[in-house]
Amino acid sequence: MSKLFSDENKAAFTNPLNVNNPVTVQVLGICSALAVTSQLKPAIVMGLSVTVITAFSNVIISLLRKTIPNRIRIIVQLVVVAALVTIVSQLLKAYVYDVSVQLSVYVGLIITNCILMGRLEAFAMQNSPWPSFLDGIGNGLGYAAILVIVGFFRELFGFGTLFGYQVIPQFMYDAGYTNNGMMVMPAMSLIIVGLVIWAHRAYNKES
Amino acid sequence: MKMNTNGNVYTFCYAAVMVIIVAFLLAFVASALKETQEANVANDTKGQILSALGYDKDAIDVAAVFAEKVQDNVFTREGFKAYEGNFNTTYGSLIKSGELHVFTGMTAGGEEAYVIPVVGRGLWGGLWGYIAINKAKDKVLGTYFYHESETAGLGARISEKWFQDQFIGKPIFGEDGTVALTVVKAGAAQSENEVDGVTGATLTSNGVAAMVKDGLTAYKKFFQACDEEEEPLPCEETEVCEETDVEQ
Repeated sequence: MSKLFSDENKAAFTNPLNVNNPVTVQVLGICSALAVTSQLKPAIVMGLSVTVITAFSNVIISLLRKTIPNRIRIIVQLVVVAALVTIVSQLLKAYVYDVSVQLSVYVGLIITNCILMGRLEAFAMQNSPWPSFLDGIGNGLGYAAILVIVGFFRELFGFGTLFGYQVIPQFMYDAGYTNNGMMVMPAMSLIIVGLVIWAHRAYNKES
Repeated sequence: MKMNTNGNVYTFCYAAVMVIIVAFLLAFVASALKETQEANVANDTKGQILSALGYDKDAIDVAAVFAEKVQDNVFTREGFKAYEGNFNTTYGSLIKSGELHVFTGMTAGGEEAYVIPVVGRGLWGGLWGYIAINKAKDKVLGTYFYHESETAGLGARISEKWFQDQFIGKPIFGEDGTVALTVVKAGAAQSENEVDGVTGATLTSNGVAAMVKDGLTAYKKFFQACDEEEEPLPCEETEVCEETDVEQ
């Protein structure tokens, strides 16, 4: 048990949540931060999907890591990720159709997410399955956290809602407040990610 | 023993074996689940049609309500003909080939209605929807729209209830007799034929507008045919309508 949660393994899990965050420090997965963060709900769904897929593809690649020919390793990683995502989406479609309808838009975005390839290449190829699993979970959650922060601000200021519920009261609108249309535009998500990176680096001076 | 994982032979064999395994795996999963998936899709399509009729598809037994309340018809020169065959889940190619499906049924409010399937294109992929219209064929009773891959939180919002409910009660035709029902820029809806689009999703909103217009125009024959109230079809005036159409 103590071995399962050694300091190294803990670091594999906690580092990506903070000092080595995939979005703000490794600058991976920015493109999907742009695509799915105009509201909170899709941001959370996307964050969780990426967490699950990163964790399991990390485990698979880690199990195969000693057999993978070096020259085609990226192709092998891509095949594993694409096959995994496709199978999962087929299963969802057969047994939990509602969830699959919700996720259908994200499937393509998950396969092409740079965090997956980044973690497979940088971590799973060198480490055993269990730390790879933790690393996948950690990176997925680190990514989800940023998506949720960006989604929170974009939905709050862009639509005046959170999770689709009105939170900015009507009297504010009556008094002349208007929703900020800029927030709805994709470009704004990059500006918010930029601000988050700024705040994060100011807080973590040493990195 | 340490394998040489960098040799050409090893690389080729590895790639070949991997591809074969993955191909078999995917083929197996796809064929094993095909039936369940198709049943789900058919059921979901029925739910969408009921949703256009004002039912809450998550709260009812879709298959049972559909069987009880809705009939699938094909509109031919002679009028309605009950559709016999497997229930369709996509209508784009059928409409193109002239097989006009019209569902007849009751709205949740108990009003007789026709439901017309429409198909179009959004920003990233296909759009489709079902438009319920009243018996007099001039007013919308309800709509349902969905999309393949519009941006979540922007274009994807056409599938939300507030957007679809805007269409309720809107007249379909303008004064010149063509389809005037349309989607305009968010907040700009003025005339009674216009509904507000989705903020930040102009192209998807335009796609919905085009889909509604083209979709309803494709059913011209159905709109021109006279009502079959009591008289069983074929109704004589149907042909009169079509003759004037030919002259134009």
